[in-house]
Amino acid sequence: MSKYIIEAENVKKYFPIKGGVFSKVVGYVKAVDDVSLKIEKGTCMALVGESGCGKTTFGRVLLKLIEPDAGKILFEGKDLAKVKGKKLREMRKDMQMVFQDPNSSLDPRFTVKNIIGEPFSNFTNIKGEELVKRILELLNLVGLKKEHLYRYPHEFSGGQRQRIAVARAIALDPKFIVLDEPTSALDVSVQAKILNLFQDLQEKFDLSYLFITHDLSVAKHMADNIGVMYVGKLVETSATEPLFEEPLHPYTQALLSAIPVADPEYKVERIILKGDVPSPANPPSGCRFHPRCPKAMEICSKEEPELKKVGDGRLVACHLY
Amino acid sequence: MEDLLKVRGLKTYFYTYEGVVKALEGINLDIYKGESLGLVGETGCGKSVTALSIMRLIQWPPGKIIDGEIHFNGKDLLKISEEEMRKIRGAEISMIFQEPMSSLNPVFTIGSQIMEAITLHQNVNKKEAEEKAIEMLNLVRMPDPEKVMNQYPHELSGGMQQRAMIAMALSCRPSLLIADEPTTALDVTVQAQILDVIQRVNKELDSSMLLITHDLGVVAQICDRVAVMYAGYIVEIGTVKQIFKNPQHPYTKGLMNAIPKIHVKTKRLEVIRGVVPNLITPPSGCRFHPRCDHAMDVCKKKVPPVTKVEEGHYVACFLHGGAK
Repeated sequence: MSKYIIEAENVKKYFPIKGGVFSKVVGYVKAVDDVSLKIEKGTCMALVGESGCGKTTFGRVLLKLIEPDAGKILFEGKDLAKVKGKKLREMRKDMQMVFQDPNSSLDPRFTVKNIIGEPFSNFTNIKGEELVKRILELLNLVGLKKEHLYRYPHEFSGGQRQRIAVARAIALDPKFIVLDEPTSALDVSVQAKILNLFQDLQEKFDLSYLFITHDLSVAKHMADNIGVMYVGKLVETSATEPLFEEPLHPYTQALLSAIPVADPEYKVERIILKGDVPSPANPPSGCRFHPRCPKAMEICSKEEPELKKVGDGRLVACHLY
Repeated sequence: MEDLLKVRGLKTYFYTYEGVVKALEGINLDIYKGESLGLVGETGCGKSVTALSIMRLIQWPPGKIIDGEIHFNGKDLLKISEEEMRKIRGAEISMIFQEPMSSLNPVFTIGSQIMEAITLHQNVNKKEAEEKAIEMLNLVRMPDPEKVMNQYPHELSGGMQQRAMIAMALSCRPSLLIADEPTTALDVTVQAQILDVIQRVNKELDSSMLLITHDLGVVAQICDRVAVMYAGYIVEIGTVKQIFKNPQHPYTKGLMNAIPKIHVKTKRLEVIRGVVPNLITPPSGCRFHPRCDHAMDVCKKKVPPVTKVEEGHYVACFLHGGAK
């Protein structure tokens, strides 16, 4: 058995841009461009980056919700591209996703019982009383009550809705869950509860997570490893502690220094980047970060840096190293 | 320090079909000249309603300012006519909103929108207004301001739109700027740029700021003082240092412990039990008591008075006196 729950090798996903009278393909949005990532079993990997950097697309590609254009994805050592039909359907039980906005990921016309019961009716023969028993167990796990069973999503608060979405995701005992900004729409006090819930579930069921977030403090709190993405590229991966102690890539450094810390005495030299995140449809040449990089050299605009091993198991894509 | 804005006993209610939403229950707030005050709290606690009440932008129906006084430069804003208020809005008090895309008019160029604000409040001709607008865009470090003057909002990125909004809000050099979650819709690196701009421009123009946010980090880095709101009340107010280093109200403490910290290792986040109350039927007495670990009998019966912790630091909690 593989030590990794999921391995992505050189995954690419380009979305065509169509234009003109005949809807000809006039270009590509390079949402995910040559990303390799491995997640060990039972760990949480955080994927951080700004909007439009391809985090969500990558998460979806990993679950085969969208097909990659190139590259290989191994789930527990099995190549996802080769699994088809019934077998793929079986495998889907092991991989789940929790979305950012529970308002749009829950069907407003379904009761909680229907929502959480749906995975069971799709994949198992559990019915009737047994089904209700299982649903109640799940509700209990995520901190909801029996009386919530016949209510509709609109009757719940944001945090509770996210709990329903979590209950649905863990219904079939998955091994791997992609959490796509699961707490971004929530207030801090509610976020704290949901983050604690994720940690409890991970311990209880030995889950592996890919935690997609733009909030580095959340990533630090949750993850064992962190990957930093910038415009479709993975620029740095590292274990959490060393990344925060000594970020290597200039982008990671800027990102870390930009977080407002809730401590008035904590002063850092804030690195203010020039300009905005470039469009993935028309990324800069060479290193995609070079127009904003305070340490850019001549080579940066010409050659694309490869992910290199630096130090203890850390990878960074930068010409400085 | 000199008061610029003095809010006393401000009450704003919303009359809806479900009942009366008691959004603000007697807010007392001072903003001094040249300072920036952060207003923090969770969704629905009344932060934005406070800002809109100060600007007298509460729409009736359903909302109404029931009671209170808002003194600004010696005038009670709640007593003056709409005509006079309109002269103050945008000129002496201006506001930046969370979503620049929906507060900029999509069919006018950035230039004409900033110039509109200038010509409305200042006696200048078109040419002078244009010069002023470009000067403002320069002030907020807008790249290529002459070009941006002729561009439409959709041609700009989120960060640039927010810069344009700030330029517009500050174009008449207001003495008070109200910023309602100005960076919530932006990415962290862009947020850093915008916060930098707001801070610098505020200093240059020597204006005061009321910064509304749910992000305690932003407040800690930008503001001089903080007011913490919960369910229509200000529960604690003090300097940034007092609130972050020595929080007194159980809710403030709970909020501080609930955020994941970047430079401190925490195994588990502490949580505040329960949920934010419904403001149509708010809890009796202290509105935080059902969620408070230190709740006493008196908390259910009476609204806690504001007591002084130390100079400049006030808290509304029976743990700090007033229980008898």
